[in-house]
Amino acid sequence: MQNRIYSGRFIVLSALLMVCGSVSAAENYTLTIKEHRFEPEELEVPAGRKIKLIVKNEDSTPEEFESRSLKREKIIPGKSQATIFVGPLDPGTYDFFGEFHEESAKGRILAK
Amino acid sequence: MLATAIIVFREVIEAALVISIVMAASRGVPARGWWIWGGVGGGLIAACVVAVFADTLAEAASGVGQDLFNAAVLFTAVAMLGWHNIWMQRHGRELAREMNQVGKAVVSGERPLYALAIVVGLAVLREGSEVVLFLYGIASADESSAGSMLTGGVIGISFGTAVGLAIYYGLLRIPTRHLFRATSWLILFLAAGLASQGAAYLVQADLLPPLGREVWNTSDWLSEDSLIGQILHTLVGYVSRPDGVQILFYLATIAIIASLMRLFGDEPARPVGH
Ligand SMILES: [Cu+2]
Repeated sequence: MQNRIYSGRFIVLSALLMVCGSVSAAENYTLTIKEHRFEPEELEVPAGRKIKLIVKNEDSTPEEFESRSLKREKIIPGKSQATIFVGPLDPGTYDFFGEFHEESAKGRILAK
Repeated sequence: MLATAIIVFREVIEAALVISIVMAASRGVPARGWWIWGGVGGGLIAACVVAVFADTLAEAASGVGQDLFNAAVLFTAVAMLGWHNIWMQRHGRELAREMNQVGKAVVSGERPLYALAIVVGLAVLREGSEVVLFLYGIASADESSAGSMLTGGVIGISFGTAVGLAIYYGLLRIPTRHLFRATSWLILFLAAGLASQGAAYLVQADLLPPLGREVWNTSDWLSEDSLIGQILHTLVGYVSRPDGVQILFYLATIAIIASLMRLFGDEPARPVGH
């Protein structure tokens, strides 16, 4: 009985480790939002690989990272950051923008 | 001001459509007003709480807390909609029969209105927290624009509500004896759409594989940003570039709810003695 509980825990633990493993396997890229603009506006990433995008919002207002081609949509509150996983991407250009400041907050990801 | 109105409208319309379907589905139930507007009120309060803690939520779970939260909210709503449909399938027939005899008020009062109240509350919570966060963000950044922000917000909320009302009154034109059936179909598709949205959040958080990125692309033909696209997105879960896993969740939700409706819904045929 004891044993079974422990092996159950072991399975859960190793499953968690696998999830964490796959998470940390993705390469990190950082996008910063400053005065309703993205920095950098053009981000080059390798095609065919999963990317971990860390979006830092240095403004005091919230922004919504949105990309139709990447199919991503996420609110980044002011003075905070969030993680968005994208890809693996086919080679090409993927536009994104800040939905709350669409006139200024624009950028694209180049997958090569 | 126009930008504010459009952004608020986009958020409000989703909640408004959910409320209108739930209102139509509970037509004629005496206490429904309490439950539904209670759900809306509870959702608004919760939305403000979520907006206040938005930064904590965003940074939680290594930056995917918001996605996990959204997915949890969506899947809870799916479960509640499914439960309502299964319950209705079981009792709807009795209900319809007894409506003529006992009068519908007593019998239909037993319906699981709390499930619908939770659905409404969750929809308001999800969309409302975005609106609150957005409006608060503008107001705190630039006090001079507070007036035009308020106007934009009010315009957005009014238009969103108007679309919801239009759908509601449209549904009411369906004769009562078909209304149960029509709303249970609508709820089935609504639930499937929410499940596929939930799956998309889990892909974004890297907890589910996409199983094929962008299985098709109909965004040139019908964009989700258009009014029709957005309405279809909420009502039947239309997505112009779905991931494989979204299609899987969509179909699985329909299959599971529909088979549970069959399994628990069909009463043994007993002679009613007409
Ligand atoms: Cu929304």
